[in-house]
Amino acid sequence: MSVARVAISLPTQTRGYASNRFLLAGGFLLASLAIIAVLAPWIAPHDPGTVEVRRVLGAPDLLHPLGSDVLGRDVLSRVIYGLRVSLLVSVSAVAASLAVAVPLGLAAGYFGRWVDTAVSRSLDMILIFPAMLLAVTFVAILGPGSLIAATAIAVIYLPILARVMRTSTLVVGQHEYVAGARARGASHLRVLTTHVAPNALGPVIVQASVLSAFALQLEAGLSFLGLGTQPPTPSLGGMLADGRDVLTQAPWVEVFPGLAIVVAVLAFAFLGEGLRRFFDPLGVTE
Amino acid sequence: MSRQLAFVVHRLLLTLPTLLVMSVVVFLILRLVPGDPVRTMLGFRATDANVAEMRRQLGLDQSLINQYLNWLGALLHGDLGRDIVSHAPLSELLAQRLPVTCELTALSMLLAVIVGVPFGVRAATGGRWARRLTEGFVIFGISIPDFWLGIMLVLLLSAILQLLPPSGYVSFSADPLGNLRYMTLPVLTLAVGEAAYILRTTRGTVAAVLGRPFVTFLRAKGLSPARIIYGHALRNAGPTIVTVVGIQVGVLLGGAIIIETMFTLPGVGRLIVTGVNQRNYPIVQAGVLAVATLFIVVSLITDLIVGWLDPRVVDGAAA
Repeated sequence: MSVARVAISLPTQTRGYASNRFLLAGGFLLASLAIIAVLAPWIAPHDPGTVEVRRVLGAPDLLHPLGSDVLGRDVLSRVIYGLRVSLLVSVSAVAASLAVAVPLGLAAGYFGRWVDTAVSRSLDMILIFPAMLLAVTFVAILGPGSLIAATAIAVIYLPILARVMRTSTLVVGQHEYVAGARARGASHLRVLTTHVAPNALGPVIVQASVLSAFALQLEAGLSFLGLGTQPPTPSLGGMLADGRDVLTQAPWVEVFPGLAIVVAVLAFAFLGEGLRRFFDPLGVTE
Repeated sequence: MSRQLAFVVHRLLLTLPTLLVMSVVVFLILRLVPGDPVRTMLGFRATDANVAEMRRQLGLDQSLINQYLNWLGALLHGDLGRDIVSHAPLSELLAQRLPVTCELTALSMLLAVIVGVPFGVRAATGGRWARRLTEGFVIFGISIPDFWLGIMLVLLLSAILQLLPPSGYVSFSADPLGNLRYMTLPVLTLAVGEAAYILRTTRGTVAAVLGRPFVTFLRAKGLSPARIIYGHALRNAGPTIVTVVGIQVGVLLGGAIIIETMFTLPGVGRLIVTGVNQRNYPIVQAGVLAVATLFIVVSLITDLIVGWLDPRVVDGAAA
C-alpha cells in the first residue's frame, strides 16, 4: 500500500543522511531531548518536588522561566523531569516490544506454515481491542504505575512490530543469498541471524520509531487519567491533569507540559519518517 | 447476489471467534487481578462474611470453566451483573452510558470525514500550496495529543472567547441544542487528529489512483477533471478510505476514554476510568466489553461496506 509514501511528499532525497531533512530534524530534536532528560538533575533549575507556598501559581519570571504550579513547584524543572519519565517509558516500552516482536516476526516470516499461522493468529487477538482500552484494562488488572504503563504499551505494539518484521522477513527470505546460505549447509539459526535478520531489520526500526511517538502520547494519556506514572514522580500527562482546574488563572501550568509532549512526539515522528526514506525504500512499513 | 450473501455470511462467521476471544479476555480481567480481587474491591475493613458473600455473588467460588460458562450464559441473556457500589444492574448503566459514547464517536468521525476527504482530494490534485498547507495540518493533527488539544480549546473557546461551555452534558432528547453545545468541544478535540489521518489517507490513495493508466485514458477521452476525480478516482479510493475510517473508529473509542473524563461526559469511557479508580471490576468488565463489542461491530460493518464498494474483495473471500 503506498498511502503514507505519497502522503508525506516533501521534496527530499534518499541518497544520504545530509539530504534527508526529516532525519536531520528528528535526530537533532531527539538528541536534544535525550540530553535534557539524561542531564535533568544538573540542568533543572529547581528540585521538581519542592513545594513553595509563596510561589503558588506564580507567573513566569527570571527565576522560574515557565512559572510555578498549584503547589508552587517550578514548572520548567517538572517539565524536564517529566520528559525524562515519558521518554524512558515510551522508549523502553517500544524496545521491550521489539525484543519480542523481532524473533516472532522472523520465525513467522522465515518458517511460514503453522509457525506463521500460530504467531499471526495469536498476535491478532491483541488487535481486537482499541489501544487505549487495552492499556486501561492492563492498569485495571495490575494497578497504576510507569512500569505497568510501559508493559501495556509494549504488548499493544507487539502485533504491529511483529507483522512488519514478518513481512520484511518474507521479502528478504526470497533473495537468492538466503537460499545459497542454506544450500551451503548453514543451519536455520545461522541463516536467520547472519543473513535474514540484519537485512530485514530496517523497516521494523522505522516502525519502532514511529510507534515511539504514539507510545509517548499513550503514556501521557494514561498519566493524565491518573493511571500511568504516579505522583510524586513528575510526568507530563500528570502535570496536565493537575493544572486543569487552574487553566484560566495560570495557563502556563497547562501550556508548557503539553508543548513538551508535542515536541517529543514530533521528534519521533520526524525521525521515523526520515528513517523510512533511508531504510525502507520498498515501503514495507506503509 | 449469492456471492455477496456468501461474503456476508463468511464475514459474520469470522466475527464469532473474535467475540469469543474478547469475551474470554473480559472474563479474565477480574480473575487476573493479583491477590484476592474481592478483598481489593471491598477494602481492608471487609469482614470474612462480606468477602464470602461477594465471592458467591461474583461466582468466584466455582471452577474457572464453570465461572466462564455461567458468566457467558448470563451475558447472552443480557445480564452483566451488578455494580458493587450502587448495586444497579450493569446493563442499565451501559444503556445510559453507551449512547453518549456512540454520539461522541460518530459525530467526531463524521466531522473528520467531512474535513478530511475533500481536503485530501484537494491536496492530491492541488498545487504546491495546497500540498504544503495540508501537510502542515497532517503533522499538527497527528502530533498533538488530543487531551492537550482539548485543554487548549477550552482555554480559547470557553475561557477567553466564552463561546462554549467548558464541560457538562445534557441528553439530546432533553435539549437537542444544548446537547450539541456541550458536545462541540469534545467532538472538535477528537476530530482534529482523525481528520488529519483521513486527509492523509485520501490524499495518498487518490494520488495513487490518479497515476493509473485508466485515468490517462479518461483524460484522453475528454472527461472533465471534476468527473475524473469524483466519478472515478474517489470511487476507486473509497475502499481504502472506508477501511481506514473503520480502523480509526477504534482510536476514537480509545480517545473517548480520555475525552469523556476530561469534559465530564457520562459515557462508557468515563465509566471505565471510574471503575479502574474505584477498583470496581464488574464496571470495568462491562465497560471494556461494551467498547470492544462496538469496535468489533464497526469493523464488521466496515468490511461489509468495503465488500459492497469493491466486488473484488467479495470474489477474494469466496475464492
